[in-house]
Amino acid sequence: MPNAAYIACILFLPLAGFAVLGLFGRRYLRNFSGIIGTGLVMVSAGLALWLAWQCFFGAGDAALAFRSHSLVVLKANWLSFSPQLSIDISAIIDPISVMMIVVVTLVSLMVHIFSLGYMKGEERFATYYAFLGLFTFSMLGLVLSGNLFETYIFWELVGCSSFLLIGFYYERQTAVAAAKKAFIVTRFADLGFLVGILILSFQAKTLDFKGLAILLGDPHHPQTTFLGISLLSWGLTLVFIGGAGKSAMFPLHIWLPDAMEGPTPVSALIHAATMVVAGVYLVARLFVLYGYDPGVMQIVLYVGAFSALLAAIIACTQTDIKRVLAYSTMSQIGYMMFALGSYGYIASMFHLFTHAFFKALLFLCAGVIIHQVHSNEMKAMGGLRKLMPFTHICFLIACLAISGIPPFSGFFSKEEILLAAFETNKTVYWIGLLTSGLTAFYMFRLYFSIFWNKPSHGHAHKLPLTESAPLFILALGAAFAGFIPFSRLMSPNSAPETGSVFGPMAIAPVTIALAGIGIAAYLYRKESNRPDRVAASFKGFYQFAYHKFYIDEVYSFITKRVIFNLIGKPAAWIDRNIVDGLMNFLAVLTARISAGIKGLQSGKVQDYVLYFFAGIAGLAIIFIYIYT
Amino acid sequence: MTQVPLIHILLLSTALFFIGMYGLLTRRNLITMLMSVELILNSVNINFVAFNRYLYPDRLDGVFFSLFIVAIAAAEAAVAIAIIINLYRNFRSIDVESADEMKY
Repeated sequence: MPNAAYIACILFLPLAGFAVLGLFGRRYLRNFSGIIGTGLVMVSAGLALWLAWQCFFGAGDAALAFRSHSLVVLKANWLSFSPQLSIDISAIIDPISVMMIVVVTLVSLMVHIFSLGYMKGEERFATYYAFLGLFTFSMLGLVLSGNLFETYIFWELVGCSSFLLIGFYYERQTAVAAAKKAFIVTRFADLGFLVGILILSFQAKTLDFKGLAILLGDPHHPQTTFLGISLLSWGLTLVFIGGAGKSAMFPLHIWLPDAMEGPTPVSALIHAATMVVAGVYLVARLFVLYGYDPGVMQIVLYVGAFSALLAAIIACTQTDIKRVLAYSTMSQIGYMMFALGSYGYIASMFHLFTHAFFKALLFLCAGVIIHQVHSNEMKAMGGLRKLMPFTHICFLIACLAISGIPPFSGFFSKEEILLAAFETNKTVYWIGLLTSGLTAFYMFRLYFSIFWNKPSHGHAHKLPLTESAPLFILALGAAFAGFIPFSRLMSPNSAPETGSVFGPMAIAPVTIALAGIGIAAYLYRKESNRPDRVAASFKGFYQFAYHKFYIDEVYSFITKRVIFNLIGKPAAWIDRNIVDGLMNFLAVLTARISAGIKGLQSGKVQDYVLYFFAGIAGLAIIFIYIYT
Repeated sequence: MTQVPLIHILLLSTALFFIGMYGLLTRRNLITMLMSVELILNSVNINFVAFNRYLYPDRLDGVFFSLFIVAIAAAEAAVAIAIIINLYRNFRSIDVESADEMKY
């Protein structure tokens, strides 16, 4: 049963890959770097699966401890400031962290394998694998960490590796700008996270998740308030802001579409399947605390629902296929968030799990398609189903899964989310339903535009095994992951979840999804002017959505006009005139004084003798007439 | 034999000191300046000996001090003359005004 050594292996093998490839990759291991990186992650993934098997199906004390959420391994005392205050390191092994480990290592492995062929011939091939290793390590650390501070460290590390990989093609101006944007926006959100951590830990006098849950959950715990809102709510809201930044929730989502400047496999790994769900994971990790605070839960609920709807509307109008997928990711994460907000903890985690498969699959397919047509634009594509039949099938499976068509995986998780929403908040349920229809529409708009629409031309490339194998495995996941008895495995007391997803509740979402698919087929299956006519009938709104509701423009207005003028310029003035001025004044003063007295050092010995004598005489006078 | 009063000796030593000081400050010739320094040192010697005699007649500390000063004055003269020779080699003069390069 889980013994600490091999859990450490899961975590540190990718880091070893990063170290080796980062130090020696470019010079000595050029041709093997991909193999080394992939091999290490493969071992890590194998161990992760073995761990999951043992945890979920094994017997013995540790498995029981695991099921009651109390297994903590790899404990180490790290920073002890005083006997009361110390920051420890530990790895927490419970159902959601094991599920996340499996998702992260599996998707990472698929992306590693896929990149073997996809990134071949890149100048910085070894660096690419080093960064992937760093990311995998950080993400595993993030999901395993047993206290908030550790989470924060890994949280920043994934942000850093995301920055490095978005800016991988750093000779492209847009990639550099996108990397900076992602870093700054998420950093801004992380400020909230950090303050939130400080508030929570100050209240609970501990950083451990378990300690936090016990202390803050205690109703007799003294509550301090700030501006009429309890500090617990403040802390949780601020932590949620951090999570919202990482998970691209409105209004901090602006970095995610731009992050698509990175290599496509990276988008699949970081900006679709793993890193962007870190915010969801964080809220889930602190779910016990959020559960005590209905007010903050409402924030989570509405931010999630609004982001889901907004992103789905924008996705319907975009033409760059990776951007459509990016908005779709944002929309699906919104789903997970409002599932948490409506107390659908298991549903949210389930959707996170299935989403990882079909969204990674969609991105990898998009990578193959982009290599085929050498463009990201939907207009350059069409009729590709004859040329790339395998990719076509995989893409179709992923589209059906994300649209929530039974029996594909997305159906199950989406049903559970909608069920949870239906039970708590009807408004959000309707938003979810509408989003589900829009999701089906934009995914099949994408599907028909890429694979149908136009007569096929060009010649087919043979798909190498390194690319087809990951697609195949992910397609299996996207198709069948829904049959995993998720709620039974995840629920703390192994109690069977009530109700089946195949109830009458499933009729509405499936119908609306089919309607979305039907509309998409009507508009995009054949080349026609129907889409333009529809767009024209929505004229103003279409333009509004096409420009992403001008949120980027609002941001640039706020930063360039408001912040630069009102804060930046006065601050620069203070810096130039007051801070620098003080220093310049001191320097000028020193120069003046020294210019005035430098004549004393004349180089003439007799002058010095005179000064010396005068000094002695002065001292003598002082001693004789004053100190007597 | 009547003793010379202490004040006379001190006046002599003070006169010697200020003559030396005056020479040190006004002469331009380094050798003369060196001689002035010797005058100053000797005025100190006189003080030592005189105070020794009048304050602690049964002890010899002051006398030994003046012996040390004589020895040190000899060493100082040697060093000073070496410096003067070097100055002469550099400037072809032993005028102290010509050696004023070491300044701001």
